[in-house]
Amino acid sequence: MSELLQQLLNGLSLGAIYALIALGYTMVYGVLRFINFAHSDVFMVGAFIGYYMGKLVPEHTLWGGLAVLGAAMVGCALLGMTIERLAYRPLRGAPTLNVLITAIGVSLLLEYTGQVFFGAAPRNFPAVFPVRSFSLGGVIVSSNQLIVIAVSVVLMVVLQFIVYRTKIGTAMRAVSLNPKAAVLMGVNNDVVISFTFGLGSALAAAGGILYALNYPSIDPLMGVMPGLKAFVAAILGGIGNIPGAALGGLILGTVETFVAGSEWSTYKDAIAFAILIIILLFRPAGLLGKFTVEKV
Amino acid sequence: MLTVTDLSVSYGAISALGGISFTIEQGAIVTLIGGNGAGKTTTLRTISGLLRPKAGRIEFLGADITRLPAHQIVARGLCHVPEGRMIFSNLTVDENLAMGAYLQHDKELIAKNRDYVFSIFPRLKERIKQMAGTLSGGEQQMLAIGRALMGSPKFLMLDEPSLGIAPRLISTIFEKIVEINRNHGITILLVEQNANLALEVSSSAYVLETGRIVMHGPSRQLRTDPQLKATYLGG
Repeated sequence: MSELLQQLLNGLSLGAIYALIALGYTMVYGVLRFINFAHSDVFMVGAFIGYYMGKLVPEHTLWGGLAVLGAAMVGCALLGMTIERLAYRPLRGAPTLNVLITAIGVSLLLEYTGQVFFGAAPRNFPAVFPVRSFSLGGVIVSSNQLIVIAVSVVLMVVLQFIVYRTKIGTAMRAVSLNPKAAVLMGVNNDVVISFTFGLGSALAAAGGILYALNYPSIDPLMGVMPGLKAFVAAILGGIGNIPGAALGGLILGTVETFVAGSEWSTYKDAIAFAILIIILLFRPAGLLGKFTVEKV
Repeated sequence: MLTVTDLSVSYGAISALGGISFTIEQGAIVTLIGGNGAGKTTTLRTISGLLRPKAGRIEFLGADITRLPAHQIVARGLCHVPEGRMIFSNLTVDENLAMGAYLQHDKELIAKNRDYVFSIFPRLKERIKQMAGTLSGGEQQMLAIGRALMGSPKFLMLDEPSLGIAPRLISTIFEKIVEINRNHGITILLVEQNANLALEVSSSAYVLETGRIVMHGPSRQLRTDPQLKATYLGG
C-alpha cells in the first residue's frame, strides 16, 4: 500500500511538470491551430536561466528559489513573445504546414544555439530551494515534490483565473473560437496571441525549473523528451482544451512512473505511448476534447 | 456618415465588386439588396476591414478608414454583425455580451447597454448563463445584435439577419432593428435577400448585381418598380 502511494506521489509530481508544459502547447494550438514545436526548447531555456540565476542567489533558501523561478518565467515569457513576433506572425494566414516547419526550425535553432552558448556537456542544476525529506506513514515525501506540486497547483489556479475571469482571458477564448468575430468586437488578435505565447512560455519555464530540481543534469537537448511527452499529454487531454492538458499531463506522468517502478520498466515510454494510442482509438478528440470536423 | 467611392474588391483573379459608390446619411436605415453572389457580404466585409479593397475609398465620419485594421474600425463606432451570426458558441451569453463591450471601459455605460439589450431581447436575460451555441437560431441572432449594441455603435451593419430563423421571430427581430434605429439614432446598413422585408423597414435602397449597383432610390419607390418587382419581389 505505501509503495502504491509512493509511486502515485512520484507520478503526480512528474505529471504536474508535464501538465505545465502541455498547457503551453494547448493554448497556442487554441489560438493559432498549430503545434509550437519550439515550446520544448523554451522549457530548456527556462532551466538554463534558472541555472545562471541560481549562481546569484544563496542556495537552499525559499526566496532564492522563488526568485530563480520568477526570473525564468519572465525571461521565457519574453522569449516566447519574441519567437511569435519574429517567426510566426509574418506567417499569419499562411498554410499551417509552413508554420509547422518554421516551428521545427525555431526548435533546432534554439537547441543548437544553446549548444554554442551553454556547451553540449550536461551541467549540474543548483539546489536553489531548501532540500528536506519527510516520512509520512512509510511514504517518503521530498521537499522538491512538495514544491513541484505547490507551484503547479498555484500556477494552474492562476491560469484558470486568467482564462475564465479576466477580459484578456475571455478574449483568448473568443479568438480561439472565432478569430474573425473577435476582430469585429475590436480585439487586436496579435496582442491576444502574443499574450498567449507569453503565458504558455512562462509555464514552460516553471516546468523547466521544476524538472531541473528533480533531474538536476541539464543540457541544451533536455527539452526534447519532456516536450514530446507533454505534447502527447496535450493530445491525450484534447488539444486546445486547457483542463484536458492538465489532466493528460497527470495521467501520463503517473502511468510512466508506475511502469518505471514495475518489472517492465524498460518499456516505460512504450507503454505510456501505447496507452495514448488506445485512448485515442476510443476517443479520437482526446479525453476532454470535443469531436469537431475540421472546416475547410 | 459613410461614403464609399469606387470600391473594387477581388478574390484572386475573380472580381467581386467592380467599383461601387454610395452614401449613407446619419440616422437612416439603408438596405443593400441583390441575389446570391451579387457582392453584398463582400461590401460589408470590406467596410469593416475584414477584406482589403483593390481600389476605392471608404470614409466614415469624415475620416478615411480604407486601410485601417478591422479592430480600429470597430473602435470608431462602426460595428458589423456578420452573416451566420458568428457568436462565440462555447462562451456563455453573458461572456458574449462582455466581448461586445471589449473596447468599452466605462462600467456604467456597459451596465446601461446591457440593460438596454435585455429590454429589447428579454429572452437573452433568461439565458444569460447558457452557452451561446445552445441557443436557437433566432436567439443567436438576437445575441449577435445585442453583442454589437454593447459596443455603443454609431453605425450598425447587419448581414442577413433573417437567415435561418423561424418566420415568427423574423418580424420580431426586424421590429427591434427599427426600434434601435429610432430610439438610439443608430444608423443601419442592412443586407437582405428578403427584399420585401428590407424595403419595408428601410428609407432608401441600393440594388447590387454581380458587383455593380444597378439601381438606387427611396425604398417606397423601389417597391413599386416593375423591373425590381419581377426580379426580387416575386412579381
